Amino acid sequence: MTMEATINTKKGGLQENYLVQAWLVLFLAVAFGAILAGVQMYLGPVIEQNKLNETLERVPALVLGEEKLQEMTAAGQHLEVIPRTIAVKKAGREKFYNVYEARLQGTPKGWVVKTKGAGYADTIELLFGLSPDLNTITGIFVLDQKETPGLGNKIVTDEWRGQFVNVPVDPPLSVVKTGASRPGEIDAVSGATISSVSVTDMINTSIGDLRQPLAEPPVQTEKGEDTNG
Amino acid sequence: MADQPTAAERFIQGILPENPVYRQLLGMCPILAVTNSLMSALTMAGAVIFVLVCANVMTSLIRNLLKPHLRIVIFTLTIATFVTVADRFLAAYMYQMSKTLGPYIPLIIVNCIIICRCEVVASRQSVGVAAADAVGQGVGFGLALASLAVVREILGSGMLLGFRVLPEVWPDWAIMVLPPGAFLTFGLLLGCVNWFTARKNAKQNG
Repeated sequence: MTMEATINTKKGGLQENYLVQAWLVLFLAVAFGAILAGVQMYLGPVIEQNKLNETLERVPALVLGEEKLQEMTAAGQHLEVIPRTIAVKKAGREKFYNVYEARLQGTPKGWVVKTKGAGYADTIELLFGLSPDLNTITGIFVLDQKETPGLGNKIVTDEWRGQFVNVPVDPPLSVVKTGASRPGEIDAVSGATISSVSVTDMINTSIGDLRQPLAEPPVQTEKGEDTNG
Repeated sequence: MADQPTAAERFIQGILPENPVYRQLLGMCPILAVTNSLMSALTMAGAVIFVLVCANVMTSLIRNLLKPHLRIVIFTLTIATFVTVADRFLAAYMYQMSKTLGPYIPLIIVNCIIICRCEVVASRQSVGVAAADAVGQGVGFGLALASLAVVREILGSGMLLGFRVLPEVWPDWAIMVLPPGAFLTFGLLLGCVNWFTARKNAKQNG
């Protein structure tokens, strides 16, 4: 009787251990993690290629605006897009930017910068265009976002993005909730101030980082998308 | 276990008698969000069927190892894995559609239809029954989404899958492709289904 009781308590002790009880959860977490890593290894490059294609497709409209682009296409002219990777040293760390330079028969027409940062729900990936003299923002395009449907995801709408067309770089963009009146002010999406602020912050930071390097003549011209935009 | 429904019964039940949308009123979020065009509704249904079948089969395979107080964690883990696979697949091979559906694909993780089938069927019955149930419920979900999307897309844009269905003079009811259209259409269709069922029952009884 006594022996049986001892064994039972011992067995109960081990069985009540949280980690032992959760062995299946732990095992599945590792196994599923491995599966997802495999999927990402296989599909990741395809997804990146999709994003790169979309970026290149968007560059002309971002630099020139839809109207001028249509005029140019009608005239049979095409922009040349040169991808560049620019490393910016910041607080002891190197940050890489993918920048696309648009040229028409050798004349610079503008820049498109790819940047990303934390949104409300997930990382927001963004493209924005700059005039050749780097003084004006020519437009923005959202590559990837998972903001709240009906609130934050309105950052992809033409109405909201329209506020970023032909906006001077100085003063830096700021988000207001009561109706933009001064230059550089952007109306927040109602109910999604965080998404709005993170978009404008990303643009302000990238411009601050890139103004100097872009104004200098190109030192390195690298192709590829293997850096963190 | 003798009174548990068989695979064929489970399959049939999912399509109409226990339709996840019209009978159980589950998974309302995608129903209202992605039914403004038939193509996105079908893609959503495809993703849900994939996740439902994988999650049900997986859960059924490990049903004897499940501990009651840890089962929900395991369901969620399994569902989240397959949803991520579906999400990445769409981003790789149906890029524009994946941008249209946006966060609704990741939101399948919290779609209660799937966790409900894991709990009710997959954690109790064999793999075959669980798979049949998943396909039945998935097809039922797909049909319900498609029925809403057809009504909304035709009334809202006069087109279906890019083809013009209504004459050009049709004044596109923009409200049908906006969120209120989802509520209106769903309410009316749900009313129709209930009305038909009530009439059928009344005939059988009298």
